[in-house]
Amino acid sequence: MKKDIILAGVGGQGILSIATVIGEAALKEGLFIKQAEVHGMSQRGGDVQSNLRISSEAIASDLIPKGGADLIISLEPMESLRYLPYLSKDGWIVTNTVPFVNIPNYPDQEKLISELKGRKNTILVDVDTIAKETGNPRGSNIVLLGACSHLLGIEPTKFEEGIRRIFARKGEEIVEMNIKAFKAGQNSAL
Amino acid sequence: MKTEKLLLGDEAIALGAVNSGISGVYAYPGTPSTEITEYIQSLPITGERGIHCRWCTNEKTAMEAALGVSYVGQRAIVCMKHVGMNVAADAFINSAMAGPNGGIIVVAADDPSMHSSQNEQDSRFYGKFAFVPVLEPSNQQEAYDMIDYGYRLSEENAVPVLLRVTTRMAHSRSVVSIDTEAQPKKPISFPENPASWILLPANSRKRYPVLLDTYAHLEDIAVSSQWNKYIDGNDKSVGIIACGIAYNYLKENIGPDFRHPILKISQYPVPQQLIKKMASECKTLLIMEEGQPFVEEMVRGILPSDCIIKGRLSGELPRVGELTPDSVRIALGMKALETFQASENVVPRPPALCMGCGHRDMYTALNEALQQYPNHKVFSDIGCYTLGALPPFRAINSTIDMGASITMAKGAADAGLFPSVAVIGDSTFTHSGITGLLDAANANANIVVVISDNLTTGMTGGQDSAGTNKLEAICKAVGVHPDHVRVVIPLAKNMEEIKGVIREEIEYSGTSVIIPRRECIQTAKRHAKEKKA
Repeated sequence: MKKDIILAGVGGQGILSIATVIGEAALKEGLFIKQAEVHGMSQRGGDVQSNLRISSEAIASDLIPKGGADLIISLEPMESLRYLPYLSKDGWIVTNTVPFVNIPNYPDQEKLISELKGRKNTILVDVDTIAKETGNPRGSNIVLLGACSHLLGIEPTKFEEGIRRIFARKGEEIVEMNIKAFKAGQNSAL
Repeated sequence: MKTEKLLLGDEAIALGAVNSGISGVYAYPGTPSTEITEYIQSLPITGERGIHCRWCTNEKTAMEAALGVSYVGQRAIVCMKHVGMNVAADAFINSAMAGPNGGIIVVAADDPSMHSSQNEQDSRFYGKFAFVPVLEPSNQQEAYDMIDYGYRLSEENAVPVLLRVTTRMAHSRSVVSIDTEAQPKKPISFPENPASWILLPANSRKRYPVLLDTYAHLEDIAVSSQWNKYIDGNDKSVGIIACGIAYNYLKENIGPDFRHPILKISQYPVPQQLIKKMASECKTLLIMEEGQPFVEEMVRGILPSDCIIKGRLSGELPRVGELTPDSVRIALGMKALETFQASENVVPRPPALCMGCGHRDMYTALNEALQQYPNHKVFSDIGCYTLGALPPFRAINSTIDMGASITMAKGAADAGLFPSVAVIGDSTFTHSGITGLLDAANANANIVVVISDNLTTGMTGGQDSAGTNKLEAICKAVGVHPDHVRVVIPLAKNMEEIKGVIREEIEYSGTSVIIPRRECIQTAKRHAKEKKA
């Protein structure tokens, strides 16, 4: 088992909390894990990504080779396409459809979505709306995790357990809100 | 006893240090080194043992304080980003001359590809320059294990040890096996050779040959070091030298059937004997190193030889930027993996000042006030406000090194520029700006210094700033006239007032300071949350 995952988004969107839940579940499964993050200047509203590698064999490189990623998980549609050269030919894109427009030359949104729709192995989810519907507008990232949970090579129930462990210290209410967001994400990708 | 934990490279270093019984961490924040100190600050044992963990004013004060810890026989770790080494260099190089008593590890976190930095300098050169051994971990486990090893190396040989990491080591997580018990702090003990700590020429002349002998001995240690590995192979057409993290990218691309000899280097001085062995058997050497071609230049020398040397200088690997599994793959002569074309619907998304940030209001006011002075120049500095160079502000003309705003503004004013303006943040001001302001005030240089005070070290994530609540007092104390130390609140509603203050101070012939002060909105959000909780 080997999954090379690129997590993408804009600084401040919270891609690292997705990585934390996947990492937690992978560790419990006894898998090897490497996760390269971006800290510093680019976190200020710029494009950010994290390379997350999980595998049943030891992992050498912290970075995923071009053409090697099994999955791009993105909280922003344009950012999902930024890492296209890293995606393997059979790789998947799971992305939020809601653009984060903080630059004057943001591309035409229809073109962007139609490029994504024209690709095979692509799951488009309006995670912001689903998060709001579940009463947890800040849970977009967990909705997105739910939407790609069947592609991660780990039993989806393991992520629920991961969410419980990670959010436990914040109280039962927060745990349940995030489980709800996760399940809503799962259903959206069906 | 051992246990396992998922750790950033930086966190592995932090735990390694605490478990080695350090008395303190001494550091100034800088990407990608910041998390080492932050992690030590977060550990319960730090409070229980009273391990020093407060941020230092700059890397030089950090290095010198660590040297004080060493003088009394205890262990310290000093952490900085690569350019911080330039600030600490005087203390670092002379610490090797003195010969530490308690162990000192200096962590230099290099940033090839300049993710968050102004250059790609390779700290291994500092190790060679100072005759100091360098450890360069290839993974997080080595980063942890090398700390205990490094302290012993430092104490046994009376030299500081430089631990060099790069961005991908500092900021990548992996599971690390760690000790559950920390070694005790060392008791106080004084140097065996106290004269070597008084670097009068007569003492230095005695110490220098000893240091050179030590360095030769350290090379012998590097040859047999557990961190340097010579993995023989039958196919001697090419031998591969992989330094630090490059070894990972090599392993990523090769399988168990790889037949070429490999030399992994993670401890310096460069183990010349191992390289000579490889060169005697292999016609071609391919040298992979993260950063500058430090080993390659040394191996290549200046005279022609029979051995073909390939690496960053010959173009097999890119001359600039960090290594990747892809660039290493190409250098190995392997075919690139099949990839998708880049999308045409993607445009760059550069970082920007946060919405609501006080620096934004400061730049808006400054730009508008300066409109009537077509010859103005704004010399800026290192921090979030460097982003004022980008649209929509395009407000600054220079960013060179920590503190250079004030001194460059003074130099330009000395040469006749008017108006000459400096923009510097509060943390950068105390790091390296105060001495420049003293120069300016002594000459009453005709400059306006804007100290944009957000009450924190913002760019690195909101660490304490050394000058908080002291800036006016500092400016007045170095000799800026009290009437020309002005404080404003950078908010849109105060725009006319701020512009007026800027104009008045430009028209004042002498050194003036304007302090726009409003808390960083990132730390303000965090503080509001903490209050609620």
